[in-house]
Amino acid sequence: MNLEDIIKDTNTYYCLECGKCTSVCPVARYDKCFSPRMIIENALLGFEDELVLDRELFSCLTCYMCQSECPSDVDFPVFVREARSLAQGKGQHGICAHSGQLQSLARLMTSPNLKQKRLEWLSQEHRVSEKSDVLFWVGCAPYFEPIFEDIGFSALGITKASLKILNSLGIEPKLLPNERCCGHDALWTGDVDTFKKLAEYNAAQIKEAGVKKIVFACPEGYRTFKLDYPDYVDLDCEVQHISELLAEKIAENSHLSGKLMEIKKKVTYQDPCRLGRHLGVYDAPRKILEAIPGIELVEMKHSGLEAICCGTSAFTNCDSYSNALRAERLSEAVETGAELLITACPKCQTHFRCAQVDKGEEHRPTPKIEVIDLINLVADAIGEGGKSSKKK
Amino acid sequence: MAGFEPQIIAFCCNWCTYAAADLAGTSRMQYPANVRIVRVMCSGMVNPLYVLKAFEGGVDGVLIAGCHLTDCHYIDGPTKCDAMVDKLREMLHVLGLEDERLRREMVAASEGVLFARVIKEMVEQLKKIGPSPFKARTEALA
Repeated sequence: MNLEDIIKDTNTYYCLECGKCTSVCPVARYDKCFSPRMIIENALLGFEDELVLDRELFSCLTCYMCQSECPSDVDFPVFVREARSLAQGKGQHGICAHSGQLQSLARLMTSPNLKQKRLEWLSQEHRVSEKSDVLFWVGCAPYFEPIFEDIGFSALGITKASLKILNSLGIEPKLLPNERCCGHDALWTGDVDTFKKLAEYNAAQIKEAGVKKIVFACPEGYRTFKLDYPDYVDLDCEVQHISELLAEKIAENSHLSGKLMEIKKKVTYQDPCRLGRHLGVYDAPRKILEAIPGIELVEMKHSGLEAICCGTSAFTNCDSYSNALRAERLSEAVETGAELLITACPKCQTHFRCAQVDKGEEHRPTPKIEVIDLINLVADAIGEGGKSSKKK
Repeated sequence: MAGFEPQIIAFCCNWCTYAAADLAGTSRMQYPANVRIVRVMCSGMVNPLYVLKAFEGGVDGVLIAGCHLTDCHYIDGPTKCDAMVDKLREMLHVLGLEDERLRREMVAASEGVLFARVIKEMVEQLKKIGPSPFKARTEALA
């Protein structure tokens, strides 16, 4: 795709240069060099090199805050995504966080004869079934485990809790022993070749497995399957985030609602950008929180459509601005007086935890609040003790 | 697997293992020519991405070798390296890579004999387990 096609596809010609995008952009508030309006303007004036060689191109969080305000409905996040694929063609990759190992893992997973050992954590307490037509997507959790154990985050803790909850609903899901990375990060950093290959491998495996429905505990995987896979591969099954599934079951008044035990806690909820603004799932997680007796939900100053992002997406350009953004969000959470910050995205959790153990605080200490995943909270409520941060 | 010659990338610390490799050479010790040495200032600076990139490039094994724990020129490089290797090993295991493909050794500047032995052993092991599963990917790209 060339720049002109990208401009056409994303409604960029309709830009009124009103600058609303820049005024609501969370990055632009801290990073004065970053301006969605300027990026669009450079593109419209045909300054392709200025656009793609600028490191700021990779600073966009693709959190969809700008588009929610745009009077012309310019799809800026998709514009950025496509512009990044042009940038990749010119050797620009952005500055990868965690030394770029996560991006490298995604590329390694495009090997044809890969035999992963990704399900070794599975134990007797989790019931899975080969014959089931419901697939649970494990995603990058087994890879995140060693990388993020230093900050006390266990991605597999979320996976295990999800399986226990599904089991208690009477669902014995199928797990794919050789599923690949969904390619979310590859796609959003402009590495379309890698994304395409991963999507093809995954689609082939899913087709072979003959599943009707895929359940996700990760909003990024969910978004990728729901909105991006249809453009590249043919995937004939329903996809659902586990929070939607749980909210459905609670509304049906299934036996799950009876099982929820009391947890006396004041909590606040972080809308992950992928689940919220990308897919419009705001109510399901809140309904689950309401259903747990004893839980008092207090909203932060910015919530729902206005929720502030956790500060980094696709593990690129994580810098002091991202950290400032995190500190701001954490202080909003602390101001509510809540004891727990609940999120529904594993990556939000890594970023919020990371900010709290950060030793390089320059201005003031980062506010402290415990962060856990919604799924771990539900697992605790049904007594399946999904202790999120305990490992081994 | 007849005629398979494994390719190895060795990250060697400037102060110990690189000198050991030099010693092995000047002492005319024989060891297989399957290894390409990358000199780094300290084993503690080897980043997980260096190793992953080497595998992406299609090598069959990676060796990270540096000073013994108390010999480090920068005080605690080997400890950092060990911690990094532990995590990386876990990830490579999940990815389905054989443990033998990533080797961590401590070779002092005087241990030229040890360096030659490590390379010999590693080449033998890799010949047994065959080419890296990621090779097919690199060949497909070429």
